[in-house]
Amino acid sequence: MTRRGGVATAVWAAFVVAAIFVVAFAHYTTDLSAFLPRSPTATQRLLVDQLREGIASRLILVGIEGADSAERARISVAMARRLRADPRFVAISNGEPVGVERDREVLFNHRYLLSETVTPSRFTAEGLRDSIQETLDLLASPMGMLAKSLLPRDPTGEMLQIIDQLGSERQPPSVDGVWASRDGKRALLVAQTRAAGSDTDGQEAAVAAVRAAFDAAVSSGGADGRVGAAAAPGGGGGNTGATGGNSRTPATLEMSGPGVFSVAARANIRHQVTLLSIISTLMITLMLLWVYRSFRALVLGLIPVASGALAGISAVALGFGSVHGITLGFGVTLIGESVDYSIYLFIQSQQKSNSALWSTIRLGVLTSVVGFMSLLPSGFTGLAQLGLFSISGLVVAALVTRYVLPNLMPARLNIGDVTPLGSAAAALLQRFTAARAWLLVIPVLAAVVLYTHRGPVWNHQLSALSPVSAADQDLDAMLRSDIGAPDVSYLVVISGPSEEAVLHSAQILDPALDGLVEQKVISGFESPARYLPSLEAQRARQTSIPETTALKGNLANALRGLPIQIDRLSPFLQDIDAARNQPLLTRKDLEGTSLAAGVDALLLNDGTRWSALLPLHVPTTVAIDIDRVHSAISKLAFGAGVEAVVLDVKGEVDRLYSSYLSEVVRLSLAGFAGIVVLLTIFLRSPARTARVVAPLALAVLTVTAGLVLLGQQLTILHLIGMLLIVAVGSNYALFFDRSSNDPHAGSAPLTLASLVIANTATVLGFGVLGFSSVPVLSALGSTVAPGAFFALVFSALLAGAGPRAAAAA
Amino acid sequence: MNRILAVGALLLLMGAADISNLDRVMGALAERRHGHVSFTEKKFIAVLDKPVESSGELLYDAPDRLEKKTLRPKPEDLVLEGGVVSAQRGKRHYTLDLKQYPQVLPFIESIRATLAGDRAALEKVFKVDFGGDFEHWTLELVPLDARLARTVEAIHIEGEKDFIHTVETREADGDRSLMTISAAAGTDVAQ
Repeated sequence: MTRRGGVATAVWAAFVVAAIFVVAFAHYTTDLSAFLPRSPTATQRLLVDQLREGIASRLILVGIEGADSAERARISVAMARRLRADPRFVAISNGEPVGVERDREVLFNHRYLLSETVTPSRFTAEGLRDSIQETLDLLASPMGMLAKSLLPRDPTGEMLQIIDQLGSERQPPSVDGVWASRDGKRALLVAQTRAAGSDTDGQEAAVAAVRAAFDAAVSSGGADGRVGAAAAPGGGGGNTGATGGNSRTPATLEMSGPGVFSVAARANIRHQVTLLSIISTLMITLMLLWVYRSFRALVLGLIPVASGALAGISAVALGFGSVHGITLGFGVTLIGESVDYSIYLFIQSQQKSNSALWSTIRLGVLTSVVGFMSLLPSGFTGLAQLGLFSISGLVVAALVTRYVLPNLMPARLNIGDVTPLGSAAAALLQRFTAARAWLLVIPVLAAVVLYTHRGPVWNHQLSALSPVSAADQDLDAMLRSDIGAPDVSYLVVISGPSEEAVLHSAQILDPALDGLVEQKVISGFESPARYLPSLEAQRARQTSIPETTALKGNLANALRGLPIQIDRLSPFLQDIDAARNQPLLTRKDLEGTSLAAGVDALLLNDGTRWSALLPLHVPTTVAIDIDRVHSAISKLAFGAGVEAVVLDVKGEVDRLYSSYLSEVVRLSLAGFAGIVVLLTIFLRSPARTARVVAPLALAVLTVTAGLVLLGQQLTILHLIGMLLIVAVGSNYALFFDRSSNDPHAGSAPLTLASLVIANTATVLGFGVLGFSSVPVLSALGSTVAPGAFFALVFSALLAGAGPRAAAAA
Repeated sequence: MNRILAVGALLLLMGAADISNLDRVMGALAERRHGHVSFTEKKFIAVLDKPVESSGELLYDAPDRLEKKTLRPKPEDLVLEGGVVSAQRGKRHYTLDLKQYPQVLPFIESIRATLAGDRAALEKVFKVDFGGDFEHWTLELVPLDARLARTVEAIHIEGEKDFIHTVETREADGDRSLMTISAAAGTDVAQ
């Protein structure tokens, strides 16, 4: 080993140790963060906050199926009891009237601060008469049951007004005292986690807690369930199942929600990445073993691959703070290209001249680096990570192959002779060279396919990349419609410097939103100010209550002619006396009520800024006219100096993804242009550049047309796949270019053999990926595997025109 | 011994007569497919000096659509259809799924089931006492559920053949309401 080699090996060893350390302690995520913009606009930041931490991201929807309805209800109650005591959950709702008493008490005790109808005119003689008459009218109505008991303390009907204000949320029907689906076959429960949706670890713990609560509830039912079943009519009959009473089928648990999905997606991606890496590594290993017939060469050949992967992960971990699962998935693909370097080295070093080999590999690496560099400025974090991963991985793999591997190689590496393989390939090639002209047909055919293709070629919806299976999405949709889970597709987001400021602003926007409800543009909205009015509004309500004597006089006047005596209403006078001086309602007063969860979900504080969320209820019959919402809100907000944004979550997400897509198209074209420039500089001949680039362009066109023909809608990942075709394929094209231009280059059959082997490794690696059920991975695989193959074939056919190919034959 | 047997037989016969009369009334009611009548309702409430009064129309379509259209003092429309109550009062619109409000269900069900002649449905929720005969009968309905009995003591319905005259609801706190039914102006009662 030379001194220089020793230094290189030592540096490499140090790098490996450091990289293993970084990789071991890196943070791995699988949440949406990879799809979120790195430098968001204000609206995008709101969107990101919503997706990562919003109310919707914290919901776990639970369905309990099987058994009978009594058993399902028992499980639901037992689960809820256990989960309510679990600090990982903020709220558990299953239809049990838990906390209703406390809610009503808080609302009733603060009714003069909460009711929107409390204004000075409410307490004039006329105002009192109107409101009391209204209450008496209500007594006459079938809805009067509640009004009657409230009359002495609340003759003006403020409590009913508050109930109206809060609106009756759509609730699922109850069976046996707990929520059930419309068909009654499933008990329903909604858990709100403390952990944000983006906190996959926290969500995983919450999901596990729900599962544990279910298991505990089912097994605790062994004895109780039987008693309950025996008591039920017709349930006796000697059927004593081991669990869950007399039910024939055991109860099963179903869960859905963003957190559940990200937990499942992480597990799925982890599982698939592991499985597919093992499969492709195994296949590539077996192939190389068969080719090399040397275990030593095989191990040596994997050194650059492993070093490259370590470098890639470390670079991403250090550069981005965390590594996304998808990046790792792509990383698997790096095996495909970096294993090529050692194949070239082992096979072609059997020839005399190594410098030509290195210069070709160097140009190949440079080409790939330029291609992947175009991803670095992407706003799509996942792509930027992929770019960095690939660049650092390839450069390190190439450097290790160049400077470390030769030191580790024995003076003479005994590997199988692949010359016959190369010759056979050359012969095969020769037969088809004549048909080369037909290659011209490909761009024409592809153009025809793309031109005549009906429907959009690109899929502009982010959901195309979702790792959630269709079955899981169906389950989610079903549970969601059963439960009537809050639809947070449309939100008005109000920002301000303090809680008071945003609550005040929310109240300013009320008229605009009420107007939209009246015009049936929206069917309703929620607002934190309904549970917790701004202190200013509460103070105004408080001061609108007149002094005791004045109020008494007004009340006496108001009751003239009404069938109720003033002394019957002394509880009212006492209550309102107390209300005049009662401390204003704050968030703390709501502690322990379901109202607190409502306020917390709609009121966010990120340390310095406060936001109030006003979810809009979308009309069921017509599509929402979001422009009218925009104009109504902005008109009022602008005049009043309120910072308010109307957020269309799904639309915004798709717009964001669309913008990524067009960005990546632009960046890829820039990368392609960069590659052309690079090649022109190094090859110093536009004709040679054209000969290198042409087969790559043809391969990309062929694959694109093929995918479109098969009915695939192209996503951002197909585009990345095309970039990979160019990156990998450029090596083939460059080797053919070298052998057809440099008469001193090594033996053509050996070069050809190394290319065939390298290509097979790539096709195997990506081909396996194509079978993944994770859409991002399969899109990549199904693009690159055929693309790499076509790139080799086209390069070979086009290079056939050169003098060397003829000589080799 | 013989006397005891005779008394027993008499009691049985009386019981049988009651049951057959109840079934006869129910049968007659069940034959009605539509009804359109006027009502006035008086609620006697302890805190008020005089009863509150309301009036309007009742519309019935067999077997499970019942509409209570209050015209005075405030127009209000209450429709029970397929177990769902929807109410329109002023600008407000409410929808209640009765299954979610077990405390409201019996009162609406008492009228609905009586109109439909659905004895089984009545007996699911109430202890049913029949009095009188087919020509002039009374039904005393007492909630079976203890929780319901805490708000409503009994519902007392009087009628003639297939026509209901009054529905009186006695609440546990002593308040009561009395609904009097008469043929709607210009409509045939037995249509």
